[in-house]
Amino acid sequence: MLIITCPFCGPRDEVEFACGGEAHIARPLADHKISDADFADYLFMRDNPKGLFLERWRHSAGCRRWFNVARDTVSNEIVEIYPMGSLPVKTAAKTTYKTSWRRDTAAEKAATPSRSKAGGSK
Amino acid sequence: MVSRSAASGSPQTKPQRAVARIDQNAPVNFTFDGRSYRGFAGDTLASALLANNVHLVGRSFKYHRPRGIMAAGSEEPNALIRLGKGAYAEPNLRATQIEIFEGLYAESQNRTPSLKFDIGAINSVLDRFFPAGFYYKTFMWPASMWMRYEHVIRHAAGLGKVADDHNDPDRYEKTHAHCDILVAGGGATGLMAALQAAKSGARVILADEQNEFGGWLLGEADIMIGDCPAFNWISDIVAELAAMPNVTLLPRTTVFGYLDHNYLTLNERVTDHLPSRPAHLPRQRLWKIRAKQVIIAQGAHERPLVFAGNDLPGVMLAGAVRTYINRYGVCPGQRAIVVCNNDDAYRTALDLHHAGAHVVVADLRAKATGPLMRAVRDAGIEILQGHAIIAAYGNHRVARVEIAPVNDAVTEISGDIDHRDCDLIAMSGGLSPAVHLHSQARGKLQWDDAKLCFRPSATHEPSFNIGACNGSFDLSAGLKEAVRAGTKAASATGHKTTALDTPIVQSHKQSWRPLAAWKIPNGHAAGRGQKAFVDFQNDVTASDVSLAAREGYQSVEHLKRYTTTGMGTDQGKTSNINALAILADALGNEIPAVGTTTFRMPYTPSNIGAIAGRDIGDLFDPVRLTRMDDWHRAHGATFEHVGQWMRAWYYPQNGETMQQAVNREVKAARTTAGLLDASTLGKIDIRGRDAAEFLNRLYTNAWRKLGIGKCRYGLMLKDDGMVMDDGVTTRIGENHFHMTTTTGGAAGVLDWMEEWLQTEWPDLEVYLTSVTEQWAVATLSGPNAGKILQDAGIDFDLSPTEFPFMSMKEGHIGGLAARIFRISFTGELSYEINVAARHGLALWTRLMAAGKAHGITPYGTEAMHVLRAEKGFIIVGQETDGSVTPHDLGMDWIVSKTKPDFIGKRALARHTMEYDDRKQLVGLLCSDPSTVIPEGAHAVLDPDQPLPMKMLGQVTSSYFSPNCGRSIAMAMLKGGHALKGQTVFFPMLDGSVLKAEIVDTAFFDPKGARING
Repeated sequence: MLIITCPFCGPRDEVEFACGGEAHIARPLADHKISDADFADYLFMRDNPKGLFLERWRHSAGCRRWFNVARDTVSNEIVEIYPMGSLPVKTAAKTTYKTSWRRDTAAEKAATPSRSKAGGSK
Repeated sequence: MVSRSAASGSPQTKPQRAVARIDQNAPVNFTFDGRSYRGFAGDTLASALLANNVHLVGRSFKYHRPRGIMAAGSEEPNALIRLGKGAYAEPNLRATQIEIFEGLYAESQNRTPSLKFDIGAINSVLDRFFPAGFYYKTFMWPASMWMRYEHVIRHAAGLGKVADDHNDPDRYEKTHAHCDILVAGGGATGLMAALQAAKSGARVILADEQNEFGGWLLGEADIMIGDCPAFNWISDIVAELAAMPNVTLLPRTTVFGYLDHNYLTLNERVTDHLPSRPAHLPRQRLWKIRAKQVIIAQGAHERPLVFAGNDLPGVMLAGAVRTYINRYGVCPGQRAIVVCNNDDAYRTALDLHHAGAHVVVADLRAKATGPLMRAVRDAGIEILQGHAIIAAYGNHRVARVEIAPVNDAVTEISGDIDHRDCDLIAMSGGLSPAVHLHSQARGKLQWDDAKLCFRPSATHEPSFNIGACNGSFDLSAGLKEAVRAGTKAASATGHKTTALDTPIVQSHKQSWRPLAAWKIPNGHAAGRGQKAFVDFQNDVTASDVSLAAREGYQSVEHLKRYTTTGMGTDQGKTSNINALAILADALGNEIPAVGTTTFRMPYTPSNIGAIAGRDIGDLFDPVRLTRMDDWHRAHGATFEHVGQWMRAWYYPQNGETMQQAVNREVKAARTTAGLLDASTLGKIDIRGRDAAEFLNRLYTNAWRKLGIGKCRYGLMLKDDGMVMDDGVTTRIGENHFHMTTTTGGAAGVLDWMEEWLQTEWPDLEVYLTSVTEQWAVATLSGPNAGKILQDAGIDFDLSPTEFPFMSMKEGHIGGLAARIFRISFTGELSYEINVAARHGLALWTRLMAAGKAHGITPYGTEAMHVLRAEKGFIIVGQETDGSVTPHDLGMDWIVSKTKPDFIGKRALARHTMEYDDRKQLVGLLCSDPSTVIPEGAHAVLDPDQPLPMKMLGQVTSSYFSPNCGRSIAMAMLKGGHALKGQTVFFPMLDGSVLKAEIVDTAFFDPKGARING
């Protein structure tokens, strides 16, 4: 069972948290004209990598706040915990963000026309 | 010097040198298989049975072969016992770990009708027909017969029998603890490491599965530490640790799980060893420990040798024999053959000799030398070098062996076979470090080609392996590792300590390099002759392993599942290395290339009761009661669980059946008035500058322009366009809303809203508060509802112009401050009256009193369901299942076409939404008005079509409607909206076929004329 350091409450047992799956999935709006297939990338497709993964967690039995976690799915090492709406700063986690296939999807491009803006994504 | 023979009167016991761990002044009486025996305090069931010359203690799993006691610890594969009686009975306990107490009651397992005569033993004669993978091969065809085979197989398979009464009367506890350093294993190295770490002031927990600390040293008579016998050194160090306030000692506690981030689970057997269990103590306690550093000192397991007949009672591990002699004062045999591939077993020969047994050593090694061999020879013990036991024979106990010279590689018999009588075989195939915890924590292993074992290499978690579990079998080396690990672990937790002196160990000089001899030849062709067992508990033989390899099961994980090697309660502690060495040999591969199977928790079987702890019965899950609960109970309500809530289901009167009660309640709500406890509805208080905008994005319909004091029904979708919840939300103020959700969905909806606010729209200023339990709600419904409110003392005008449908007013009822919502889930004139929770019961009783003259009738959730179904209102989770859109429900009217976005909007435009075979909500009228079609019944268009029929969909709600005077139902049918007016059929399990017409879902008052009373 992991120890996760909630940015608001400090280190706590995993049982207090809920994992919200992949982080940084930008949501296209209904009036963004993208195909069903491109929309499916947002709606259905989720990564399940062996190695570093950027994911969302919620301190569900504590402060109920969401935050991002960069966790190695093999070793369960937690590399970085960073706020919702921001990007990781550790090199490995940054690389994981940048090299994700999702960065090139039409769904993400439609949802975040200005790529200079960090995060803003769930 | 203590002699056991005088006390027990058993021919098996002779005067011993030092019987340190039993108290011969404290006799203990116990029962095994209906016979009474006597042992002593300090005995295990195994040692006491051996002292009473009982060697046959069980039957094996598959062949029902007679089995005895092989080991002296938790690795025991054979001696599985059912302990206790009645509800207290517990199967599959290892006799080697059961401490005896006065009145202990034990039974052997896996035998019918008795241990000595077991009809299942026929399997042993038919063994040709039971090869590896027997069940897979035999019972796979024809597939239709599997159901029948399975019943018989399940009955024959399985170890032990659980208690007849399934309610465990014992109490269990759970404890959470944190420490700097957890030491797993309290043998010599664990004790040393714990002391070293504790000297730094670090918080140390030391756990050991045995009743006392000391590990295998408790069973050794020939080792001195410092200047005193090992026993004394142990008691000194334990006393020192016990006196330290920063140390917690946990004997009888198995560290059985090692999980991520140094989280470990321990099972403490608090009172299992006591004849009666004190009321203030739990039977067992589950410890959940988070340690900063872990020191693993689990020790090692001795391996059996794989020779024909090696499973007979009387064939034991050499180290275990020493333990029985030295720790328990019982010599398990008088004519012993020690068979080994290493030096260590020679110490067993010496101890047996000193205990008065006649001993012969058969050493697989042709040229072993050293001081131990000299000592054995000097004692006059015969040593046969380069010899092996090639077969052992006996009925219920080993009686004679065939010994023969073997070649250097132990692959062939190289000379004449000699027959020897014996009653004990002490075998030793070398030591396997107990790498279980290290491996559970995903530490890596490496193969040690000299010591012939896997031992830990890199650790994954912050931990250390020391002593025998690290492959350091030499005690001096282990103690040095202990000091090092103790110091390092302390320093890693911020505690400084200076290294203690490692005590001087005086013991026999010996080599720790066994000879690689995994399978001893029996002089027969493969698969012939006596069986040579690899896995004793699962009856897996050497030839089973070879056969599996020949059949293509070449991965060790496949081998395990095909042959069941390494499964069972012992998880292959004694068998795994032998099995994979034999597999490697069969594959012509190296052992490290074959690798090990995955080590998983638990290390030893752990009681489910301890894992459940107090979270059983009433404490399994919280039960939520409304403020009116007392009234419901006092008035005979029947209850149903809705989520965690207990809701009044119906109120039977004067012996009414459920149907009669519900009919009466449903009737009353439409003719006079009904009162429903609706307190369980989820309620969320929404405030903030952007509250209206937030709701606009959350719901499918428009919310910005909702007037203050107005209510609106909303559907919430997931972003895939599927309905997830519904409810009425009311604007209390410009930036203040009161949302209601379904009873079961309340927590999930709040989480859902928080998720969107925090992760997608952090720019919105909205604050959410769950107020479900702050408000008590009574829903008054029916033509007389207004009159009752008047009589109850409402302080504002109820006329429809002043208080129209879908609006909310704050006021007082009989002095109780209330929010009253004019909304309706029945289609009648209806008021949902919300008061502060503490006024809930007062509100309810006042309404009941005021309503008496107006025919008020309390109704429960069942009547609520019927009433809403009469109106065709859906229930999320009953009509919907996560694959239903608003359109499927015929609720297009609630989906805004003009809003640019809301959750689920884009998904509703996917092309799959336009498929005409989507299931859609329809009403059904059964051709027989008195028949209620069962919910879940499947609809077909043609009941005479061949099987399998084409299913149209299923009935989701179905009731008898007293107001319609007939049965009604709703269903989700493929393309249902276009089928209106058609007839569908419902083939029933009994062969009958029900028939129904597809109609609109509004069965009663379809125009909504009754809403104003």
